[in-house]
Amino acid sequence: MTTVTEQPTTTLKRGYVGQSIPRREDKRLVQGLGTFFDDVRRHGMGYVHFVRSPYAHGKIISIDVSKALELDGVYGTLTGDEVAIHTDPFFEMSVEPGGNIKDYALAVGRVRHMGEPVAAVCAATRELARDAADLIEVEYDSLPVLVDAEESLKDEVVLHDEAGSNVVWSGVFDWGDVDQALAEADHVVKIDRLHFHRFSSTPLECAGALVEYDKGTGEWTLTCNHQMPGIGAIWMAPALRTGIDKLRFVTHDIGGGFGNKICLHPQYVVLCLMARKLGRPVQWTEWRTDQHTANAHGNERTFLDVEVAVKADGTMTGFKVKALDDCGAFPRYEPLGCIIWAQVTPGLYGWRNIRVDFTQVCTNKSPASPNRGYSRMQHLWLTERIIDIVATELGLDPVEVRKKNYVKAEQMPYETPNGCFYDSGDYAAALDIALDLIDYGSIEERRKEAASRGKLLGFGIGSTLDSGTNNFGQSTLLNPDLQFSGNNEAASVKLDIFGEVVVTLGTVPQGQGHETTAAQVVADILGCPPEQVNVRRGHDTWFNSHAGFSGTYASQFAFTGLGAVKGAAELVREDMVQLAAAVLQAPVEAIELADGFARIKDGPEEAALPFMALGAIVNANNAFLPPDFNPTLNHRYVCRPYFGMVDTEKKTGQLTLTYATQIHAAVVEIDPETGEVEIIDYAAVDDCGIRINPQIVEGQVHGATAHAIGAALSEEFVYDEDGTLLTANFYDYHVPHAMDMPPLKTGAMESPSPVAPLGAKGMGEGGGGGIHCLGAAIQNALAAAGNAIVYDSCNPPHRVWSMLQDPEATRANVEVVSK
Amino acid sequence: MGAPARSRAISLEVNGEQIELEVAARRLLVHVIRDDLGLTGTHVGCDTGNCGACTIHLDGEPVKSCMMLAVQADGAKIGTIEGLAGDGELTPLQQAFNTHHALQCGYCTPGMLMSATALLERNPHPTEDEVRYALQGNICRCTGYVNIVEAVVAAGGGSA
Repeated sequence: MTTVTEQPTTTLKRGYVGQSIPRREDKRLVQGLGTFFDDVRRHGMGYVHFVRSPYAHGKIISIDVSKALELDGVYGTLTGDEVAIHTDPFFEMSVEPGGNIKDYALAVGRVRHMGEPVAAVCAATRELARDAADLIEVEYDSLPVLVDAEESLKDEVVLHDEAGSNVVWSGVFDWGDVDQALAEADHVVKIDRLHFHRFSSTPLECAGALVEYDKGTGEWTLTCNHQMPGIGAIWMAPALRTGIDKLRFVTHDIGGGFGNKICLHPQYVVLCLMARKLGRPVQWTEWRTDQHTANAHGNERTFLDVEVAVKADGTMTGFKVKALDDCGAFPRYEPLGCIIWAQVTPGLYGWRNIRVDFTQVCTNKSPASPNRGYSRMQHLWLTERIIDIVATELGLDPVEVRKKNYVKAEQMPYETPNGCFYDSGDYAAALDIALDLIDYGSIEERRKEAASRGKLLGFGIGSTLDSGTNNFGQSTLLNPDLQFSGNNEAASVKLDIFGEVVVTLGTVPQGQGHETTAAQVVADILGCPPEQVNVRRGHDTWFNSHAGFSGTYASQFAFTGLGAVKGAAELVREDMVQLAAAVLQAPVEAIELADGFARIKDGPEEAALPFMALGAIVNANNAFLPPDFNPTLNHRYVCRPYFGMVDTEKKTGQLTLTYATQIHAAVVEIDPETGEVEIIDYAAVDDCGIRINPQIVEGQVHGATAHAIGAALSEEFVYDEDGTLLTANFYDYHVPHAMDMPPLKTGAMESPSPVAPLGAKGMGEGGGGGIHCLGAAIQNALAAAGNAIVYDSCNPPHRVWSMLQDPEATRANVEVVSK
Repeated sequence: MGAPARSRAISLEVNGEQIELEVAARRLLVHVIRDDLGLTGTHVGCDTGNCGACTIHLDGEPVKSCMMLAVQADGAKIGTIEGLAGDGELTPLQQAFNTHHALQCGYCTPGMLMSATALLERNPHPTEDEVRYALQGNICRCTGYVNIVEAVVAAGGGSA
């Protein structure tokens, strides 16, 4: 038995919601009958291949495409010069200096990271397109390379001349009074440097699209795997000098996203230009090595000069830190990472005085973009590192110090120092479940037993929050001129002519099981089995069932996606009840929807209309309905959560609405000879409020945990001093395989969200807990071998071995000043 | 000696059907399966032979179809994911994947199923460790393998 699932602590009366109904998506996917974008073909389609920069930084002296064009079967090429003529730079979200950066779909005059697309070629086959790309001659003049954020800050080399600085954005967030908290503290724990590394969740399906241009209407259709088309279109349309109505995004099945499929607009704009230029459908499927080299890295962040205020009893009252974020060559979505962490400013803890001096810089590395746990994970890792370093230095118990400092269940809803509201949760109770699962009471005994075998055993906790349902108004904390705020998602529900219930989502699932969970919600509302509900696969702009922020990202489907589904289903239900009341000549209060019928409660058996009758009346047989009665049985609903406004002066406001809790606990053994870390016990406890489908929730917990384990122990994008990525594919970038994954124990509790339409919180991004707990467990294991401090979020054997060899080097990072 | 042939006629038996076709000498077997035969259930997830999304059966053995040229498969019997469920009736393993929630995005799933099917053919009742060993060449980025392992063990009559 590898998995233990706890029973929910709260049980609400539900129908299909709350049941682990097997997923309906699976039947096609297990037969190879899913449709991924690369499966779609068009007559006369050309294959696109990008010519990419082999250098991290250089001037483009010349590009010669003539030899490629001579090759039989090559349809055409596109270069940065053409892009600069036919498009405008993508809009930048930051204020100056980052706001002045000019970012085009292909490199214009200069390359700024290895793998940056410089030209594109389109040919009759994939192989030919690659051959042709090899024939495109690009001459470069190399420039000095920046791979280190602190070096970049010096501005001795500047990546973007228009910006005049490598700084994208900087600002100070100051809540409470941290100076006073430090002055009044009994101990001040100082940590010079902590480093959160670069990695990404690397979905198994790479990015890509099939793009068709309709010359007659000026419209592009993108059959693609963009996970946030609403934002994609906002980026692309102005750059292409067209309206958003000219971009139709279509998705079918998507092979994982994890945030890595949000920043695809540069490549998609190239495809749009190519399709228009050549007058034929064009297709691009990213190669794995290109995905690793030049698509979507998670943010790398260095935390400097941390000071923590601690009272004699172990209460922590505040901290200050300088955060230096490295977004790679272009910020794109990224300046948002400078603020999104603030959704979880205090982590799970009650400290009220926090100052974060945040700066983001460009370097000659792959652009960063959202990655599962986006920006919050880095910050939560900081808070967890602080807790464990303080505990180690002051001799506090890691369990007790957490319980002392956690926000308490009775404080919920809890307002954070920056005006966010933690909606519900019981962190201490979740921790207890995790401790039970790993048999915490036996740790010291197991430590001794491991020591007898020459192994170092360690135990660690990772507490984390999965904040969901973004308030895009937080972008105005970066740039008050930005015209974004709030959030929205749409869905449509209709009852069709033969009684079919059809649901269309605005969300863009990539494996989260939306077709199943949406059917559960609709079935409960309309009173029919979920099998009767057809939830259409994927997203299509032409369904008109999307909103400005449509997509699947930032843990919000359970709130906005299902909120929209619920809203639309309730409108259809109202129509059905009114129609049935009219036909059966009964008051609306007497009508119930159940078992696929609209019927009179406790009425005679024949006083019941099957859904088919209702659908047929409205759609095909409606002459007898009175003129002032017009039920449509077809409704679109937009779920627009309420946030209020943010205060751009104080940098406060409700930045997100729901907070799912994840508490992870791990027991590891370290081989002191090699630095190898083996996970011997692992538990993850999730509290995402009401679970629509507990099995799907548990699957998300497993997956997020696997990402964390990979990130904590092996996955790292490593650059050499020339800006060459050394881990450019699965050969060198080791993701967990079946043999690497330990047995996972999972536990769950349900603290319903008081603000979400179904009491369900967005979830799936809490995997950071694994990075936190493994770092803590390694530090705990190393206590017996020189007491090293874990200062990096990635700890492969060579780094652990170094800490074993020279623990003092890590300890030099830390100082305790006691009064 | 003349120039090497740029293409060649090959014959394959694919999911029980005999197929003759002319393929470019350099064309990978996976691209023939996907692009020429239209069997798009076999996926491509990497360019280094690491991920296993393209796993098929070649004369009964699981192989990564991106790691060989189509011409090397001349005369072989090929089984793809589309051939597993005969008339839409799922195999017990496919059913177990559904019951145990062993897939999320479904992109690695065909390769996983082909590897696991081959395992169950040579070892009908594998242990958890045997399943993990057999699937180590297949990467999944969604599930952490927990439920995949559980499903394969269950399909073999055991419990993980």
